[in-house]
Amino acid sequence: MSVWERSSTARVIAPARPRKLAKVPFVELADGRLQGVVSSGSDIERVYVSSVAAGTYAYACSTNNNRPCGGARGSFCNHIRALIDDAVLQYGAERVARYLRVEVSDGEPSAQSIGAEMSTTSPPQGDTRAAAAVFSRFLRHLAYLELAPSTAPLPEMQWFPPTRPVS
Amino acid sequence: MVPAHQAGVVMRADLLGGTIAGLDDALAAVDAFDRVLVAGLLRPQPAQAAGLARLARAVAGTPLASPVAEAAGKAAAGAAGEDHFAALAAARTALLGSVHDALMTQVAEATGRPCREEPGTAPCRRQPANVLAAARSWLSDLARSGWRGLDTDVVSGSAQIISAMLPDPALRRLAVLLDGFAAELAASCPGAALERIPARRWADLWSRAMLLTLPGAAGAPVTGTATGRLLPLGIDLQEHPTAVQAQVHAVFEPADGTGLRLVRASVSVPKPDTVIGAGVWQLLRPHMSLLAAASQGRSMDLACMPVTAEGDLIWSDDHARRGEPADPFATARVVLPTAADAATAPLDRHPARIAVPVFVAGYAVGKDDDAVVFTVAGRPLAVDTGRIPAAGPLTPEAVAVSGACIGLLRWDAGSFSVQPLAVQTTGRKGAVAVHAGGWAGGTTDKAAVKAENAATDATSVLRERAGRLLRK
Repeated sequence: MSVWERSSTARVIAPARPRKLAKVPFVELADGRLQGVVSSGSDIERVYVSSVAAGTYAYACSTNNNRPCGGARGSFCNHIRALIDDAVLQYGAERVARYLRVEVSDGEPSAQSIGAEMSTTSPPQGDTRAAAAVFSRFLRHLAYLELAPSTAPLPEMQWFPPTRPVS
Repeated sequence: MVPAHQAGVVMRADLLGGTIAGLDDALAAVDAFDRVLVAGLLRPQPAQAAGLARLARAVAGTPLASPVAEAAGKAAAGAAGEDHFAALAAARTALLGSVHDALMTQVAEATGRPCREEPGTAPCRRQPANVLAAARSWLSDLARSGWRGLDTDVVSGSAQIISAMLPDPALRRLAVLLDGFAAELAASCPGAALERIPARRWADLWSRAMLLTLPGAAGAPVTGTATGRLLPLGIDLQEHPTAVQAQVHAVFEPADGTGLRLVRASVSVPKPDTVIGAGVWQLLRPHMSLLAAASQGRSMDLACMPVTAEGDLIWSDDHARRGEPADPFATARVVLPTAADAATAPLDRHPARIAVPVFVAGYAVGKDDDAVVFTVAGRPLAVDTGRIPAAGPLTPEAVAVSGACIGLLRWDAGSFSVQPLAVQTTGRKGAVAVHAGGWAGGTTDKAAVKAENAATDATSVLRERAGRLLRK
C-alpha cells in the first residue's frame, strides 16, 4: 500500500472555496444529483429547488411551494445554470464534472462547458418528486447554524487536519 | 554559552529514528484487515478470510482472543452481525493502541519529559440507545458493502442518524465523526470508480465510530479542577466541511506549587460548509477567551477550571481571567522541558492521536522533493506543513526561513513529523515570531478580514433564509 493509503489523515476532499450565497444559498453533490436551492430574483419569499441527475442529466426545477419553474421546459432554466455556476465555485469544475459524469470534449471543464455538454444531449425533464428531499436537506443544512458550540474536547477531530488550498 | 540541545531544552529528534520491535507486525495485521474492508464482507473471498484470520491471530493471547476469533470466522462466512463487527473494530483499535504506546515511549525519550499516570476507564454516561443502535447498523452496512461497493444509497443512510445526534452534547463526538466520514464517502461515490482508496483512514474512522456506538465509550469525565497560571504554546486547528475545533496547547502552572503539566483547551462547533478559512474563528472566538489571549501572547489565570485526567480543560470563561504577557517561545524554552505530558485515555490510544508539544531549534531547513525537512543534530525531521491552516498567518515559506519552532510531534503512515504551531525568525531587527493561531483573537490582516467578512455574509444570508423558510 502507498503512503497515502496507509495515512490516517489522507486528504480525501479538496477544501471548499468561498462563494457568495445571496443567489444560491445551498448547493450540494448528493443522492446522485447536483442539487440545491436558488433564491428567486423577484420574490424574496420564494426559492427554487433545482437539480440535475448524474449520468442522465435529467433536470427538475420547482418552487418551495411545489409550483413548476416556467423556464425549465425543454432545456435548463436560469436557476439550474446558476446552480452549476455556484457548484463549480464551491467544489471546482473537475469534481462537479466527475460527479455528474460529464466528459468535456476539449480542454479543462468549466461551468460553461459542463452546462453546454449536458445541454447537447437534450436531457429529459425529470420529475420534481426529489424537490421535497432536496428542500429538507437544505433545512438540515440551515440547522447547523443553531447547533451549540462546546468546550468538551472532540478527540476525533485529530483525524481532520486542515487542508491548505492549492493556490 | 551552552548550546540549547545540550541544556535539555530542545527535543532530541535523533531518538525518534530507532526501529520498534513488533511495530511492523502489528501494522501488517491492521493493513490486512483494512484490505478486507476495501472489498466488503457481503460475499467474502479467500483473501478476505485470510485478512480476518491475520487480525484474529494478532490479538490471540489477549482477552479479545475468543470474541475476535468468532467474529473473524462469522465475517469470513459472510454472516457477521453487529456485535461481530464491533469485536473486529475492537481488535483493530487494540492493535493500534499498542502501536501508540510503543511510539509514545520513544517520544518520551526524545522530549525527556515525565508522563503523568494513566487515567482510569471512563464511567458510563447516559446516551440514548436507539440512535446509537441505528449508527451501529449503518456502520455494519458499510462494512458489508465495503469501500469498493460504496454508492449513494448506502451513504445517505447516515443522514438522519447524524441529524438526530448533532444537537445532543452527549453524542457530539460520534455525530461530528460520522458527519465528516459520511461527507468523504459521499464525495467518493461510486466506490467502484475510485482510483485509490484511503484504506487506513476509512478503517480508522469506521472502527472509531463503531466503538463510540458502545455505551460509555465517549465519556471524558472531569476529575478535578485547575487553579493557577496558564501559559499558551500555540493553537491547533482541525476542520471538516461541517465542523471545526481549535485546541490551545499550554503549560499549566498550579498555584499550589505542584508540578507543571501540559494541558489543552478545546472549543468546537458544527458549521455550514460555506463558512471556511479564517471565517471559522468568529464561530469559536465568543466561546473561549483563551483564543484571544493566546493570539496576543498572554497568559491566563485559572480558578477552579474543570479538567479531565487527560489534561483537557473543560473551558468556561467564568473560571478564567486575562493574565500578564507571556511569550510562547519563552514558555517553550524555559518551562516546557519540565512540564509533565498528559496521559491518554485507554480508548483514545491511537497513533493519529499523538500531538505532543515540542520545541525545536538550531536546525537547518532543507527540502526533500516538495516537503520541508529540519536537520537537527545531523538527523532529518520531517515538517508537516500541510497541517498549517489557511486560517492563520503562518505559511510553509515562513517555516522554511525559521530558526526555532514550537510544534506538535505527530506520527502518520510510518514516520514522525513535526506540525509547526509557531516559528521564530531572527533578522536584522531581532527575533520575529509567526503563529498558526495568530488570527484566532481577530486581526487587521487584509486577506483575513476579507475571509471573516465573507463568513459573516454567509451566515447572515443563511440566517435570513432560515428565518423565512423555517417559519413556514
